[in-house]
Amino acid sequence: MDALELARWQFAITTVYHFLFVPITIGLSAIVAGYHTAWVRTHNPAMYKMTRFLGKLFIINFALGLATGIVQEFQFGMNWSDYSRMVGDIFGAPLAFEALLTFFLESVFIGVWVFGWGRIPEKLHAATMWLVHIGTVLSAFFILSANSWMQNPVGYHINPDNGRAELTDFVAVLTNKVQLVAFPHVITAAYMTAGGLVMAISLWHLRRLSTQAPALETIETEAGAPSHGKGRGGAHAAITDGTNYRETYRKAARVGAIVTLVASLGVIVTGDLQGKVMTQVQPMKMAAAEGVYQTEAPAPFSVFATGNLEGTEATHWIQVPGLLSYLGKGNFSAEIEGINDIKAEYKTKYADSALTNDTTTEFTPYVPVAYWTFRIMIGLGMLGTAMSLLTLWITRKKGDLKVLRPKWWHWAIIATPFFPLLGNSFGWIFTEMGRQPWAVQGVLLTRFGVSPRTSATEVLISMIVYTLLYGALAVVEVKLFLKYLRRGAEDIGEPPTYSHIDDEDRPLVYTY
Amino acid sequence: MDLAVLWFILIAVLWIGYFCLEGFDFGVGMLLPVLGKSRLDGAAGVADTERRKRVMLTAIGPHWDGNEVWLLTAGGATFAAFREWYATLFDGFYLALLLILVALIVRVLGFEYRGKGETAAWRSGWDKMIVFGSFIPALLWGVAFGNIVRGTPLRIRENELGQGVEFAGSFFSLLNPFALVGGLTTLFLFLTHGAIFLALKTDGDIRHDARALATKLGAVAALFAVVFLVWTNLLRGNTGSWILSGVAAVTLLAALAANHVGREGWAFVGTFITILAAVAALFTALFPDVMPSTADPNATLTIAKDHGFYAANSALTLKIMTGAALVFTPIVVAYQGWTYWMFRKRLTTKHIPGVSSAPERVEA
Repeated sequence: MDALELARWQFAITTVYHFLFVPITIGLSAIVAGYHTAWVRTHNPAMYKMTRFLGKLFIINFALGLATGIVQEFQFGMNWSDYSRMVGDIFGAPLAFEALLTFFLESVFIGVWVFGWGRIPEKLHAATMWLVHIGTVLSAFFILSANSWMQNPVGYHINPDNGRAELTDFVAVLTNKVQLVAFPHVITAAYMTAGGLVMAISLWHLRRLSTQAPALETIETEAGAPSHGKGRGGAHAAITDGTNYRETYRKAARVGAIVTLVASLGVIVTGDLQGKVMTQVQPMKMAAAEGVYQTEAPAPFSVFATGNLEGTEATHWIQVPGLLSYLGKGNFSAEIEGINDIKAEYKTKYADSALTNDTTTEFTPYVPVAYWTFRIMIGLGMLGTAMSLLTLWITRKKGDLKVLRPKWWHWAIIATPFFPLLGNSFGWIFTEMGRQPWAVQGVLLTRFGVSPRTSATEVLISMIVYTLLYGALAVVEVKLFLKYLRRGAEDIGEPPTYSHIDDEDRPLVYTY
Repeated sequence: MDLAVLWFILIAVLWIGYFCLEGFDFGVGMLLPVLGKSRLDGAAGVADTERRKRVMLTAIGPHWDGNEVWLLTAGGATFAAFREWYATLFDGFYLALLLILVALIVRVLGFEYRGKGETAAWRSGWDKMIVFGSFIPALLWGVAFGNIVRGTPLRIRENELGQGVEFAGSFFSLLNPFALVGGLTTLFLFLTHGAIFLALKTDGDIRHDARALATKLGAVAALFAVVFLVWTNLLRGNTGSWILSGVAAVTLLAALAANHVGREGWAFVGTFITILAAVAALFTALFPDVMPSTADPNATLTIAKDHGFYAANSALTLKIMTGAALVFTPIVVAYQGWTYWMFRKRLTTKHIPGVSSAPERVEA
């Protein structure tokens, strides 16, 4: 493989990996902030425990998102320096905005939140997590405006003196029509992901409580004694210090399910709008997503296909008539352009420029990847939505959730967080692979963006380093995450009290 | 003022912010095995060592993450204001930068994951990551800045994109004596800065040990700093960079004196200004170039219009970025400063929950 192929693989590996943590960070910060606010308002110890419990899981996840995010910012210069030279005038600005306006907000206030228990006034403390959440959302806004510009470049011109793209309208970049649908799509998907996670975590604890021997459930621990450390799953958990954990987890499961359900409606609506914008600005991506080679009107939506999808042997087994026309243009009989026609059109359109064409350019993304990632994304999203409905149904009544006892629930619960989580990944792979061979649609082909000086060996070294490191860190993170997940909210001690009078020797609630 | 000049200054400010702030948390990270080690023997010593390490980590706990963002902002701002500089620098210093990134990744996780396991092996593994993750950037940032100031072999090349500047050296050409002295300068300055921060933020044995160590480390730092800054000024100095270098030298000596008499607050202000003045001296010496070329004067990346390769972005981008920077930088400084005030209390091993407190030697 040459430096270009390796750089592309490296970008894919580091970005997909980084984006496993980002949606959880965005969504979970809101849920943690919600619980924290509920505790400040009610002083119900159960709310405090859920805040700290979900907060621990949040921090474990946040750390890895933060660590892998550093790579993302430097990668454009390291592996894609000609891309940076060509479009840095436009692309750099949202990145700088992101750092200045949002990274500081997130990083400074997460420190205050983590170390602030009992040391800063309660309301202010709860507000810091909201600030973290606002930071994550704004961060997504800026990075998505940079990415949307790559999908649909606006507000720029090519400077005739140096041949570089330069900004002419920053507002246009921030309000790009791709951005206006991509941003809410990604944010709602992030809420869906965090909702799915909270739902699954809570169901897991509910199932654990329901499958324990009834005798164990009623053992009361001594007042005030911490209830952790009694083996995996904490068998003593049913009643301690007055908190009814079954009811706490039942409510949490419903919170997670409602967040997932509402968010998934947002995902569906924004996804539909996105399909229409995509058909308009990136018709090739839509055609590739469907494996449509010949222009059709009305165009059917293919649910499942076999064959090589290269236009000759593909067999579309299940098709919904007219649906693709509707998804693309909002009309069941509209014409959807096929790959062959768009290819011919692009060949004429971009023939003049060295940066956008040469005889080998085909302007077609790898169709099977586009076709399948698009379907997997949608399918996983639908499974997530279905699970939220199921959860709302089974948790509707208080009391013993015996319904969770069958073994298949165990696997359903474990699978739940992965539906939206992997749905995000496939969505991004589709978005980025579907844009190929362009780095910036119509402006710069990906292969001209790679660092001209960097050798394949250098990229290979860094790719091996990142892959091994990320792999090892994934093992550590999952291990820690599961450990704290199993301990649950029962593990958390008494709520701290904030006082203006400083007791010099009072131990801190949280330290490293 | 020419906006490119303003952005040169703003980027200098961001790097100064980064080194002045993360400098001390790098120092604390590197000193973990040294100052974290208890003076006591036997089992009491083992428990005390763990408590001391936790005090050290907690002292920087609320702050290191916010400190690190100064680097990300410096990187983003370079991209937004000088894309040619960003591209040439990060592509050119590829393997060195990779090493720094790996160090920063494992360091983040060291802080967050160290206390989340129960075994001594788990903790000592992450301790090593924290030390490695603090040591590598503390050394390599100095090496990198040494190379930027000294100049590197840059050449002009043509491809489909038109003319551009690219680095023509290798990883090993970055390891020249001047740059290595630069690396040792930042390494020892950060060690001193970190020791003084600990002396300021803790009480009892750690405070005492940190203060004693800061004096020794500071002497070595002063030696390297003087050699590096004089060498820098001889290479490409001007009046401004000589004056700033002088300020750095004087404040470092003043900081060590303040530390010696137990005025840790003033000592910290001293090392803070030392780092500020030293980095400012490097940028002043560099101006108006951003990356001088030793191979071809036409390939020198610069913000001057009369020589070299013009590195700044378009006027509109600079204008928008200027507005954002002027509004938001003071806000960031204000709330970040507030967190330092919020967590201003000195820490001792008594503040670490879950362990009984060991005898403390608290000073008046």
